[in-house]
Amino acid sequence: MPGRFEAASVLVTGGGSGIGRATALAFAAEGARVIIADIAETGGRETARMIEAQGGQAAFLHADMRDAASVEAMVRLAAERWGRLDCAFNNAGIGGPTLPLADYAEADYDAVLDTNMRGVFLCLKHELLIMVRQGGGCIINTASMAAFGGSVETGPYSASKAAVVSLTRSAAKGYARHGIRVNAICPGATDTPLPFRRAMPREEFRAQLNKMIPLGRMAQADEIAHAVLWLCSSDASYVTGHMLVADGGLIA
Amino acid sequence: MPGILQDKSALITGGASGIGRAIALAFAAEGARVVIADIAGDGGRETVRMIEAQGGHAAFCHADCTQSADVQAMVRFTMERYGRLDCACNNAGIGGIVAPLHDLPVEEFDRVLAINMRGVFLGLKYEIPQMIAQGGGVIVNTASTAAFMAGTEAPAYAASKAGVASLTRSAAKAYAARGVRVNAVCPGATETPLLLRRDTPPEDLKRRHAARIPLGRIAQPAEIAQVVLWLCSPAASYVTGLLHLAAGGILA
Repeated sequence: MPGRFEAASVLVTGGGSGIGRATALAFAAEGARVIIADIAETGGRETARMIEAQGGQAAFLHADMRDAASVEAMVRLAAERWGRLDCAFNNAGIGGPTLPLADYAEADYDAVLDTNMRGVFLCLKHELLIMVRQGGGCIINTASMAAFGGSVETGPYSASKAAVVSLTRSAAKGYARHGIRVNAICPGATDTPLPFRRAMPREEFRAQLNKMIPLGRMAQADEIAHAVLWLCSSDASYVTGHMLVADGGLIA
Repeated sequence: MPGILQDKSALITGGASGIGRAIALAFAAEGARVVIADIAGDGGRETVRMIEAQGGHAAFCHADCTQSADVQAMVRFTMERYGRLDCACNNAGIGGIVAPLHDLPVEEFDRVLAINMRGVFLGLKYEIPQMIAQGGGVIVNTASTAAFMAGTEAPAYAASKAGVASLTRSAAKAYAARGVRVNAVCPGATETPLLLRRDTPPEDLKRRHAARIPLGRIAQPAEIAQVVLWLCSPAASYVTGLLHLAAGGILA
């Protein structure tokens, strides 16, 4: 049976680990040709190898979301690789330190916002232009359930994700007439290496989290990937400007 | 009869015009001593003169909210001048150029975000420790209805205001236990230089906005100022983390 994304050209930022890697693998398993972009070379190349090992097509591109020229080149090269850009998953992100807002160093605030928010803006800016020219496409941004409430210790992360939600809505509304759908995935706590610099040991933090989550556990990265693939599939052809929350019931 | 903010000390950014000036005048009329911070010296000093003419106390402080040193200096100025920082209104903001997302220059995105969102982060970062040290305080950030809607022609503005709304909630949650309340006012279209400084004639612009607003007209700055005054008053002592719409029913 052919996959839902047979021969589609897909760009995944932050594809070197976590949700990005899981999504790249899932796209490839459904026939897509995947460009994996990441600042982390080793992880990015490993994702490409994993895809090739399962018989898929993939290529790695080094890209830094904080660097406008790097993002522009990434999108251009991704579209050139297989002649189109059907889907883009703007997923690269960082967590930043866990501190109350007034204790946040300006440089840490800037690092979180530049990567998570400005990076998504830069991706959108260049992807939209290509998709307008080719007459359509589909974009998914990684926001977070953190976009919908205040965070005592990760205020800049929440603010960056709230801004990603806003950019998603603006792009969805602005480009629907060009045949471009733009949605966001809002994961809850997911079992990934996103480096929140927490004082608490990982296992203790995980146990505490699991107690708070109605489903009783964190998400696995491939559960988030399945939601992203659905948003990109033709089954979601009328869905645009949507914030798909996949958080085990946490903000319900 | 003493005013609602009798002898309180208030710092208002963007106080040289529009909503900021209206807040300054409303606060002064209720007995507050007001520091007007702005990059526009003429307008800022004019607001001071208007307050003095009605028998109030005010001082102008030149401050660029994108500059950390200026933000720190404006908090220090308020302390030196009036000995406390009871209320802070992080209100300075710009609209930015009107353009669809893929046409928006990166520099313009950066400029809008630096003033509207990072400026609010800096304000919070340096106001909050002062308020904690003195045992409490109230902060009102100026967000916008744009925080909740797509901004097809002003994606950077919308994203910046979504970011402000998120920062407001994070700060409210993190500092409630230390006596600091943090809220945001979310104005709809208001008769200010920010709105009217477009290429369209003011009357056309007002009519066009009014047609979409259930109350049938745009807001006057003084009406927004009354919401801010209430949020800063003891009457709102249990209100924190609120995103207070003042939009004539536009998001109802």
